[in-house]
Amino acid sequence: MDFSVLLQDIPTLLVVIIGVPAILAAYIVGGEFLVRRLPDKNRPQVRPWIWVGPALILVAGYLLLPAIGTIGQSFENNAGNWVGFNNYASQFADFPQGGAWVAIRNNVIFWLIFYTIFTLAFGLVLAVLFDRVRYESVVKSLIFMPMAISSVALGIIWIFMYQYSPTGESQVGTLNAIITFFHHDPVVWLQDQWPSDKFNLLNNLALIGAATWGITGFSMVILSAALKGIPGELLEAARVDGAGELTVFRRVIFPLMMPTIVVVGTTLVIFALKAFDVVYVMTGGNYNTDVLAFRMYEQLYTAGNSGHASAVAVILLIAVIPVLIFNLRQFRAVEARR
Amino acid sequence: MAAVTYDHVVKRYTADVTVVKDLNVDIKDKEFMVLVGPSGCGKSTALRMLAGLESITEGQIRIGDRVVNNVAAKDRDIAMVFQSYALYPHMSVYDNMAFPLQMQHMKKDEMDRRVKNASKILGLDPFLKRKPRALSGGQRQRVALGRAIVRSPKVFLLDEPLSNLDAKLRGQTRIELQKLHRELETTFIYVTHDQVEAMTMGDRIAIMNAGILQQVGTPGDVYDHPANLFVAGFIGTPTMNFVPVTTSDSTAKASGFEAKLPKSVPAGKGTLGFRPEALTDRQSADGSNLQMKVDVVERLGSDQYLYGQVGSDQVTARVDPRMKVAPGDTAQLGLDTRSIHLFDAESEVAFF
Amino acid sequence: MTVAAAAQPTTVAARFSPGWITQLLQRYMLHVVVIGLTVAWMLPTIGLLVSSFRPFALTKTSGWWTALSPLEFTLQNYTDVLDQSNLGQAFFNSFMVSVPATVIPVTIGAFAAYAFAWMKFPARNWIFLALVGLLAVPLQLTFVPVLSFYVNTLHWTTSNLENIGIPGLPWVPLWLAHAGYGLPFSIYLLANFFRALPSDLFESAEIDGAGTLTVFFRIILPLSVPALASLVIFQFLWVWNDLLVALIYVGGAPEVAPLTVNLADLTTSLGQGSNLLTSAAFFSMVVPLIVFLSLQRYFVRGILAGSVKG
Repeated sequence: MDFSVLLQDIPTLLVVIIGVPAILAAYIVGGEFLVRRLPDKNRPQVRPWIWVGPALILVAGYLLLPAIGTIGQSFENNAGNWVGFNNYASQFADFPQGGAWVAIRNNVIFWLIFYTIFTLAFGLVLAVLFDRVRYESVVKSLIFMPMAISSVALGIIWIFMYQYSPTGESQVGTLNAIITFFHHDPVVWLQDQWPSDKFNLLNNLALIGAATWGITGFSMVILSAALKGIPGELLEAARVDGAGELTVFRRVIFPLMMPTIVVVGTTLVIFALKAFDVVYVMTGGNYNTDVLAFRMYEQLYTAGNSGHASAVAVILLIAVIPVLIFNLRQFRAVEARR
Repeated sequence: MAAVTYDHVVKRYTADVTVVKDLNVDIKDKEFMVLVGPSGCGKSTALRMLAGLESITEGQIRIGDRVVNNVAAKDRDIAMVFQSYALYPHMSVYDNMAFPLQMQHMKKDEMDRRVKNASKILGLDPFLKRKPRALSGGQRQRVALGRAIVRSPKVFLLDEPLSNLDAKLRGQTRIELQKLHRELETTFIYVTHDQVEAMTMGDRIAIMNAGILQQVGTPGDVYDHPANLFVAGFIGTPTMNFVPVTTSDSTAKASGFEAKLPKSVPAGKGTLGFRPEALTDRQSADGSNLQMKVDVVERLGSDQYLYGQVGSDQVTARVDPRMKVAPGDTAQLGLDTRSIHLFDAESEVAFF
Repeated sequence: MTVAAAAQPTTVAARFSPGWITQLLQRYMLHVVVIGLTVAWMLPTIGLLVSSFRPFALTKTSGWWTALSPLEFTLQNYTDVLDQSNLGQAFFNSFMVSVPATVIPVTIGAFAAYAFAWMKFPARNWIFLALVGLLAVPLQLTFVPVLSFYVNTLHWTTSNLENIGIPGLPWVPLWLAHAGYGLPFSIYLLANFFRALPSDLFESAEIDGAGTLTVFFRIILPLSVPALASLVIFQFLWVWNDLLVALIYVGGAPEVAPLTVNLADLTTSLGQGSNLLTSAAFFSMVVPLIVFLSLQRYFVRGILAGSVKG
């Protein structure tokens, strides 16, 4: 490898590492300097905007305005002419296999349900189990580790897990090796259309499984913290009241963890709806594994149709809106309790 | 070193939330003034307005001759000790005390001299390099005092500085604070909800309730001559006995006894107040004697308190600890009418 | 290795133990299940790690679990990947992207969080609420307008920016984009943390004569090191691991593309048969894993602080 590239670019790296914070510091010091020149009365009116200004500009410039722009653009064609709902119509054309139907189905049914439930279930089971062993922190770290790696690397790891060789040849993919060991025919995990090509659950589940593997550590860590937050006296009280262990879990532990489960669940729903990397790396959206985020990317770059891409993005937004509203309500409820 | 004047000061948050109503107090130079009252009475707000942490809705606050309404907190030449001490957790004791001086861009050696001086006064020398979390509650409290001392301010503000200490330490610190006040010869304004602190430390006490100043006076004044029912009930433990009475000329008739009043009042209804120590097992010279049906006996060693019924009223008496009495007994008690108080039933203002 | 840094010393297990199975059996079962699950969880990673050290030809004919029988390991995959692809450059690019794309949103977020927590200004609560709402908005919704603004209005294409000749400039579009996307979370996390600091400290500092800057730099920032640390790790890993945003704004140009893009190219262009894939994947994990393992407790704390918003 040409490490020389690295060496010759080190000055660049230094300029950036020193320059960027220097600019930011200069901004705030300079801003305060100007504020102090103002008359006493105006200072409290101007000062907050100096501090929130850059953040508001960036958020407005990169999130708020573009989001609004996209909504507008979803009603235009590439030339910028108004086309009404045409872009949406083409996304909703040819049910069930055409347009964006497959992507919508995969996102709002397969991913939303299975990704969320698998991750919560694994997270809960692991949190409860690990809580009972002394080497808890070690096993938790190991489960958590995939959180640190990129979804691209994660995708590669799972491509190798799902590798397929025709029946009779030696299987090099771990999963196929296991199922052929039990005398089952090897499965082409990422392409298999089981149970039917109109309802291909299996290969979608294969993708969802890979993503679940990566994110379970997240739900485990949070649920485990919630579990530890349950006061032991409550469990003892329940036991004294004559509850069996299963009842204690069902009637005491689980309800008390419910608020946390809901919070983790909503976060996971957002992740599920935004799923992109795994699909991009592992199947490229082929074999009916398309998702909205990937379709949007494809419409934009492969098809070069920004109107269609915008329409897909808006569909994605609509899918997220219930979660968004829920989050806002939760937030306001918490604020009200402050 | 300066006097402080509250001149018709009002603090209003919204049209119908007024937390300080028309406050007028003159605090003399070098005085130890205690603002006392139940929580929410506006005493802290009054202090924070003086500190410059809250704006003043109406009226004027003066430090010396200077009106400080529009002066920034840092320019008022005051120092404040907070209830939580507000020590910067990431700075050493030395840095905590030096911080206000650094803000004034003071020369290093002068700063050092002042911090060392304060730490000597407060006995903090061994802890200068420690972080606040490595100190006990009492030591932290002294650091907070030290941070105020180094500035040699004109006025010291203390906002419930003892309430985070345990009872024993609180007693000691009360004494230390009085010593400190004498040494520094500076105006102290001290806010507390604890009337014992107020009585033991204040040169004068200002008692507030519901945003209104009730009475200002020396501890002896407010104890012996409470201006109204609230002050009478707030100062002193156990609290003063209050008995509804009907007055005519110079007698007050309660449900279970009659008392001679030191001077004549208009006929009508009122509240008779007397402290437990005015109701004893000694017979009264003027015949204001009464019988108490004893419910509870509290023996404290030096004192003995009887709680019981006189007529239909609940009263407390402080009797000789050697008096033999048991719950259910009827005790013969005498009321010392020289130290009784009478309050108007309507306005609750004291006649005497 | 302490995920449960903040964990209480006593476990719920001590209090939560079925009585209907004998203690002994239960204890062994528990360990078998726990260790079994953990090993199963690690299998995919172990498999790839082993494969990356096996001769390419062997990986095509036998599974990684047979690696011990003909004991044959090689570093060939690693030397190849370093020679053939632009991995060195991509590695450098990842740093060039990640460091400023972390510094900018965390710093600007801290400025804003200070204002949200301790200053009064009109519509403060509404703006904050809007930020909470934006936490959930899919980034996809923003790509088209931002990209067209970059290309059509500002002419910020990689080659244009390179021609100007200021070091680091070609990544500016990506830095700013990551900053915009990362800000809602960073403001949310920091404002909550700042708000929880005792107000006495600020009032005391105000009386002592400290100005806004002094309070920010000498009191708030030192007291917020834990929150800042978790946020820095979070943002750094997010940017380092990000594929989508980089793909959209800088694309595959080797002189600017970060590791993830480079790696994704390997999977699509060379297909699954490439011997470079395994070693390249591990190469990309080195930095995140170092960050994760050394600063794990902050990472976990950030996750807890950021997600328990309910």
